[in-house]
Amino acid sequence: MVIALVLMLTLGTLLAVLWRADGLSGLGAAEWAAVRFTILQAVLSATASVGLAIPVARALSRRRFRGRSILITLLGAPFILPVIVAVMGLLAVFGRNGLLNDAIALAGGDRISIYGLGGVVLAHVFFNLPLAVRMILQGWVAIPAERFRLVASLGSSVWLMLERPMLRAVLPGAFMAIFLICLTSFAVALVLGGGPKATTVELAIYQAVRFDFELGRAALLAAVQFGLSIIAALAAWFITVPEGFGAGLDRVMPRWDGATIMARIADGLAISLAALFLIVPLSMVIIKGVIGLPDLPASVWSAIARSVSVAAVSTLLTTVAAVTLAMRGGRAVTLASALPLAASSLVVGTGLFVVVQPMINPAKLALLVTALMNALMALPFALRVIAPAFERVETDYGRLATSVGLRGWARVKILILPRIRRPLGFAAGLAAALSMGDLGVIALFATSDQQTLPLLMYQLMGSYRTDAASGAALVLLALSLLAFWIFDRGGRADADA
Amino acid sequence: MKTTLTHVAGLCFVATGAIAETSTLTIYTYDGFNSDWGPGPQIEANFEAECACDLEFVAAGDGAAVLSRLKLEGANTDADIVLGLDTNLTADAEATGLFAASGVTAAYDLPIEWSDDTFVPFDWGYFAFVAGKDVEAPTNFRELAASDLKIVIQDPRSSTPGLGLVLWVEAAYGDEAGSIWSELADNIVTVTPGWSEAYGLFLEGEADAVLSYTTSPAYHLIAEGDDSKTSWSFEEGHYMQVEVAAKVASTDAPELADAFLAFMATEGFQSVIPTTNWMYPAVTPAAGLPEGFETLVTPSTSLLLSSEDAAAKSGPAIDAWRAALAQ
Repeated sequence: MVIALVLMLTLGTLLAVLWRADGLSGLGAAEWAAVRFTILQAVLSATASVGLAIPVARALSRRRFRGRSILITLLGAPFILPVIVAVMGLLAVFGRNGLLNDAIALAGGDRISIYGLGGVVLAHVFFNLPLAVRMILQGWVAIPAERFRLVASLGSSVWLMLERPMLRAVLPGAFMAIFLICLTSFAVALVLGGGPKATTVELAIYQAVRFDFELGRAALLAAVQFGLSIIAALAAWFITVPEGFGAGLDRVMPRWDGATIMARIADGLAISLAALFLIVPLSMVIIKGVIGLPDLPASVWSAIARSVSVAAVSTLLTTVAAVTLAMRGGRAVTLASALPLAASSLVVGTGLFVVVQPMINPAKLALLVTALMNALMALPFALRVIAPAFERVETDYGRLATSVGLRGWARVKILILPRIRRPLGFAAGLAAALSMGDLGVIALFATSDQQTLPLLMYQLMGSYRTDAASGAALVLLALSLLAFWIFDRGGRADADA
Repeated sequence: MKTTLTHVAGLCFVATGAIAETSTLTIYTYDGFNSDWGPGPQIEANFEAECACDLEFVAAGDGAAVLSRLKLEGANTDADIVLGLDTNLTADAEATGLFAASGVTAAYDLPIEWSDDTFVPFDWGYFAFVAGKDVEAPTNFRELAASDLKIVIQDPRSSTPGLGLVLWVEAAYGDEAGSIWSELADNIVTVTPGWSEAYGLFLEGEADAVLSYTTSPAYHLIAEGDDSKTSWSFEEGHYMQVEVAAKVASTDAPELADAFLAFMATEGFQSVIPTTNWMYPAVTPAAGLPEGFETLVTPSTSLLLSSEDAAAKSGPAIDAWRAALAQ
C-alpha cells in the first residue's frame, strides 16, 4: 500500500506529465551539458560531505561535553533551512561582502569569489555535512559496548576491528543519499554556480515546465534523473557489505580509546571547525532575522498555523510509512529510500495537478497535497534512519522473540519500538523540520490566502521586503528546530546522550 | 480572511465550502500582484464596490508560470481573466487560442503606440540596473563591460526580467549581442533563478548593481525613506516591460470580464499601481504620480520588440546568451 503510493507519486506523476505532453522532444546539447554538470557537482558534493563528516562523527561519538546534545541538534539546522535562507547565510560569511572577505581585505589580501563549482560544493557540504555526520554517528553509536570491551581485552585496534567495518557498511548509504539530494539541486546550483554553466537537470525541468511549457522534455529530463539515481542506488547496494557485530546487551558505554593528547586535539579541532562552519552562517541568519522581526505582517500567524498543521500531518504520514516499510524490509526499503529523492518535485507536483485538476479545484487540496509531498520527500531520510535500526533489532533479538511467540503488533510494541525510539524520534524530527521549511508544491496549487510560512517568505522577498523576509526566515528556522528538537528529544528521553 | 488558529487547524485540510455567489470573477495573476503588499487586495476591494460580484485572485508563480498554468488547464480552466503577462509572452499566449478579444481600449500613457484588442495593458516600466548612488554609473553596456563593476542578473530561462535583459541586448545590439555578452561575462557575479534572489543578493552587497526596473529606487525612497539607490541610464535606450491582462475565451462571465478590463484603465485600479506594484500606471491617475517618482531616471529611448519579434528572437537570443556565458 505504502509502496504503491510511493510508486504512484514518483513514477505515476511522471507518466501523468508524459500523458499530458504533446509529444516527446529530444534532449539537445545544452540539456546534456546540464546532465554532466549535475553529476559532477553531485559526486564532488557527496564526496566532500561524507569525507569531512567521518572525523566529526568519530569525535562526537567518543567525546562527552557540555552542550553536546544542543550542538548535535544545531548541526541539523542547515539541512532543514529553506535553500535561499541558507544561501544568504553562507554569503554573509563567504560572499564578496562577507565576513571572510572582510577579514582577507583587512589583512591586505585580495577578495576571493566563491561563485562557481566551488561555491556549489561549499553550499551542498553546508547543507549535507550535518546529515552525513548524523548518519555516520548512528553507525558509531550502534556498535555494541561489548565489542569495545572485547577488542580492548584482545588488545587489537578499534579502527581495524570495529570502525572500519562499520564505515564500510554505513558510508555507501550516506554517500548515495547525499548524491541524490545534490542531483535534484536547483536554486543552490544556479545562485552560487555563477551562470549558465552551472545549469542542473532540475533547472532544465523547471524551465521546460514553467517557462517553455514543453512537458515532453520535462518528462524526459525527469526520466534521466531517475536513471541516474537508479545507477547510484545499485552501485551503493553492491558496495555495501552488511556489518556483522552480533548482539550486545543494548547498553551504551564510555569509550576508553582516543585518550591520547593527539586524539583529543584532533577531535576538538574536528568538532570546533564543523561547528564554526555551520553555526557562523546560521548566526548571520539569526542576526538579520531579529532585525526584521518587527516588520513581519500580521498574516505571519496564520502562515505559522498552516505550516505547523502541514508539518504535523506530514510527520505522521512519514513515520507511519517508514515503520510500515521497515517491517516489510528488503527491496521495498531500498526502493522507497531512493525514488522520492530522485523525483523532481516540480514534475511530481505537475503530475498531481494534471490528475487532480479535471476533478476538483486544486486550490482546495493545496495543503493536503503539500503535506503528502513533504511526507514523500522526507520518507527516504526517515527510512534510512529507521530501517537499519529495525533490521538490527530483528537480527539480534528476532529469533528469541519468535521462540517466545512474540508476533504482530505486540512484537513491534514490546521488542522493536523501545529499541528504535532514538532513530524513530530523530526521523520524526527530521520529517517535521523538513516539512516546515519546504516550499514544496504549495506554489503550484495554492491561492494567495493559503500561504505557508516558506511561501510567505518568498512573497516578502518578491516585493522588496527583504528585512521582513529575513524575519520570516528566522521564525521558520526557530519552528523547524523546535519541531526537530521536540521529536528528537522524545526519542532519547532516557538515553545519556 | 479568517485567521484564528482553531479555524486553520480544523479546516485547513477540508475544502472551505464555497459560498454560492451570484457571479465570481476569477483572475490568474503572478505572486507579487496579490501579496498583502501588492495591488491585488486594494483593487479587489475597489472593483467589488462597484460590480456587485466576487473577485478572486489566484496567484500562480511569475508571469510565464501563469501562462503555463493556463496551458496546463486548457479550456477546463476556472480563470476568467489572466493578468500579468508581458509583451514577450503575448504572441505565445495568443497562439494557444485560449484568449478572446475584448475590444477594451483607453487613452494610454505609454511611451509607445498600443493597438491590441486582446491584451489590455495595465502598467509598464523600464528594465534598468539598480545601484547605489555612490557607484560610478556606466552609460552603456560596453562601458559596463569594460569596467570592474559587478552585477547580478536573472536567468532568462526561468525569469521574466532575465528574458527582458536578453531581449534588451538583442534589441540594442542585434548581431553583436553575443559579443556584448562575452564582454559582460566577467562582470556578472552570478545568475539567479528569479528576481527576488537577485535583488536580495544586491541588497546584501554581493554586487554593485542588479537588473531590475527604473522604478525600483522609488520603493526605497517612498516606502523606506532611503534615497541612496538609483538606476543607470543607458544611451542605447531601455527595454520596456508592458504588463497586460486578457479575457479567457472559455470564461463563464464574459460581461464581467469585459467590465474588469475596462475598470483597469480607471482610477480605482491605476491609482493603486505606483506604490504597490512599483511600476508606471498605464493611465496616469488624475492626481499624477506619487511624490518621489519625479526623481526616477527616464530613458531617452524606449526599446520594445513587437510580440512576434520577441517570440521569434527569444530562443536564439537565449542560446547566444548561454553560449557566451558558459565559456
